[in-house]
Amino acid sequence: MAQALAGQLLVGLINGSFYALLSLGLAIIFGLLNVVNFAHGAQYMMGAFAAWMGLTYLGISYWWALLLAPAAVGLLGVAVERLLLRRLYGLDNLYGLLLTFGLALVAEGLFHQAYGNSGNPYPVPELLRGGVRLGFMFLPLYRIWVVVVAIAVCGASWFVIERTALGAYLRAGTENPKLLQAFGVNVPLMFTITYGFGVALAAFAGVMAAPVYQVQPLMGSSIIIVVFAVVVIGGMGSILGSIVTGLGLGLVEGLTKYLYPEASSVVVFVVMAIVLLVRPAGLFGRER
Amino acid sequence: MHRMLRCAVPLVSLAVALRAPAAEPKLSDGVVKIGVLTDMTGYYSDLAGPGSVLAAQMAVADFGGKMLGKPIQVISADHQLKADVASNIARKWFDQEQVDVIVDLVSSSTAGAVMPVAAEKKRITLLSGPGTTAFTGDKCTPYNVHWTYNNWALANGTGREVVKQGGDTWFFVTADYVFGRSLEEDTAKVVKAAGGKVLGYARHPSPGTTDFSSYLLQAQASGAKIIGLANAGGDTVNCIKQAAEFGVTPKQTLAGLLVFITDVNALGLDAAKGLYLTTAFYWDMNDETRKWSKRFFEKHKKMPTMVQAGVYSSILHYLKAVQAAGTDDADAVMAKMKATPVNDFFAKNATIGPDGLLRHDMYLAQVKAPSDSKYPWDYYKIVQTIPAAQAFPSVEQQKCPLAVKK
Repeated sequence: MAQALAGQLLVGLINGSFYALLSLGLAIIFGLLNVVNFAHGAQYMMGAFAAWMGLTYLGISYWWALLLAPAAVGLLGVAVERLLLRRLYGLDNLYGLLLTFGLALVAEGLFHQAYGNSGNPYPVPELLRGGVRLGFMFLPLYRIWVVVVAIAVCGASWFVIERTALGAYLRAGTENPKLLQAFGVNVPLMFTITYGFGVALAAFAGVMAAPVYQVQPLMGSSIIIVVFAVVVIGGMGSILGSIVTGLGLGLVEGLTKYLYPEASSVVVFVVMAIVLLVRPAGLFGRER
Repeated sequence: MHRMLRCAVPLVSLAVALRAPAAEPKLSDGVVKIGVLTDMTGYYSDLAGPGSVLAAQMAVADFGGKMLGKPIQVISADHQLKADVASNIARKWFDQEQVDVIVDLVSSSTAGAVMPVAAEKKRITLLSGPGTTAFTGDKCTPYNVHWTYNNWALANGTGREVVKQGGDTWFFVTADYVFGRSLEEDTAKVVKAAGGKVLGYARHPSPGTTDFSSYLLQAQASGAKIIGLANAGGDTVNCIKQAAEFGVTPKQTLAGLLVFITDVNALGLDAAKGLYLTTAFYWDMNDETRKWSKRFFEKHKKMPTMVQAGVYSSILHYLKAVQAAGTDDADAVMAKMKATPVNDFFAKNATIGPDGLLRHDMYLAQVKAPSDSKYPWDYYKIVQTIPAAQAFPSVEQQKCPLAVKK
C-alpha cells in the first residue's frame, strides 16, 4: 500500500516537472509582456515535432535536438512577436489571447494536415534507456532525467530573472517600460527576446516529451489547459509560483490517480476553484 | 358504348396514376445522399476521418456514381467526438439536407446519440467506427447495421486466445466512457468464462490523458499476467510506449483490445512487436484486399484501417440494396440489405442478422518484429481466422428486442 503510494507520488512529481517547465514559459511571457500566450501548447508540440523531423529527415540526435529545436521554434516566436504580437501591446490583453489562440489552431491544423493525428515514434536516446529498481517501483532513467533537467532549467530561469541585473531590467520593464527606456534600455528588443525565450522553453519541454508521449499535433492542446490552471493557481506571472505549483499539482494529480482515477482530470480544476475563492490572485500572486 | 368509354378513360387513367409510383423507381428528393459523420481532426481522425470519406467516395465511384439515373452524393462532417454535436448534425442532415444514410460514426458516444435520431426519422445508420456491443443488443434499432467490429468480437478474439495461452490473470486499463467500459466488461466476461481471473482495473479520463504511468504502476502492482488495454487510438499507443519504459513489459504482457494499423504505424514495430490484436481487416491478406488497399493508399498515403474498409463495404452493400429495391425507402432497403449476403473484399458470405449485426470472419493478428517486416506497412501476421459464428455473438445472445420471436 505505502509502496504503491510512493510510486504514484514519484510519477506525480515527474508529471509535475512537465507542468513546471511549461508553466514557467507562460509565466515569464505573461509576467513581462502581459500576454496570455495561448499558443504555448502548440509551441510545445512544434518543439516535439522539430525534434522528430530533425531525427527523421536529417538524422539529428536527441541531444542536438534539445538545443536546436527550441532555437528554431524560439526564432519563430521572435518572428511572431515582431510581426504580430507587438501591435497588440497597447490593447486589452484579450486581443493577445485571441491572436495566440488563433495561431495555435493554425499550427495544429497544419501539422494535422501534414502528419495526421496518430502520432510518430521517437525513440528514447540510447544513453537514457533502462532504469533503476527502487524496491517500490521501476524508475526509468529517462524520467529521472526529466525531473533533474526540469528543476535545473526552472532554477536557472528563476535565478536569472530574480537575481541578476538582466532580470532586474526585465522586471523593471514590466513595471514601467517608459521609464526604463528613458534610462537607455532597448525595451522593445527586450520584449522580443523574452517572448522568444518563453517560446523556446515550451519547445524545450516538447523535446523532453517526445520520447515518452506520442508526438502528434494535439499533444499540446491536451496538456495546455492544465498548465493554464497551474499558472492561475500559482498567481499569474509569478515565476516561483508556477514552478512550485507545477510540481505540487503533479503530486496532487498523482495522488488522485491512485485514490480515484476517474477524477484525475478534474482535480486540478477543483484546486483552482478553491484557490481562486480563497486567494483570487493565486498562491504566489500579488494583488494589483 | 360512348358512355362506357367516357367512364373508362378516367378509370384507366386513375389506375395508371395509382400504379405509377410503384412501377417507377422512387428516390426521395431525386438523390441518394450519404453522410459520413466522423472525427475529422481529433484523436480518431487517422483511423476513420478523412480516410473514411475517401472510402465512401471510392464506393460511390465504383458503383458508377449514379443510382437509377439519379446522382449519388457524399457529404461529410466533423462530430468532434461530441454526442450533442453528432446528434445536431444528424438532425440537420435528415431534416434539411435529404441525407439517406449516415456511415462511420466513430466513437460510441456519438453513434449512441445518432442512432435514435435516425430511427425516429426512418433513416439508416451503418456503424463502422464504434464498438459498443449493445448497439445491436438492447439498444438496437430497425434502421441500423453494425458493420465492422464490436467489443464482443474484440474481447472474444483477443481475450479467449490469450487465456488459452496461459494469460489467466488480468488487469484492465480502461478509457472511462461508454466504449471503454463496455469493452472491459465484455472482455472480463470472456476471461472469466475461459477460467481466468480479473484482478482489478484503472479507469482513465479519455480523451485528454497523455501520461499513463500511474495506471501502469497500478497494473504492475496488481501482479496480473495480462494487462488488457480497453482503450483506443492515441491512448493505446501511449500505454504501450510507457509500459515498455516503466519495465511493465515484457514481465507482464499487454493485450491491445482495439488496435488499428495506424496505431502500429505510430508506435513503430520495435515498440509494438509481438502484440496480439483482433481485426476485421488487414490490407495484405489476399489479392483482392491488396488491390483495393493499394488504390486507397495512392490517394491517402496510408493503408486503410478496418474502419475505413468497413465504410467502403457498408456503402457498396447499401447502394446495391437501393438498386435492387428500386427505392431509397429505409424499410425496403433494410429488408433488402438483410436478405442479401455481403460478398466483397472485406467480408465473404457475411449476413446481417435481424438485430442489425453483420456477422463476418474476424482475424487474430500478431504484430511482426522489425526483422520480419519486408516492405512498408508489412505489419501483421494473421495467426488465425475466427469464423463469423464464433467471432460475433448470436442473435439469441444479443437479446435485441426486435429480433426476439414473440
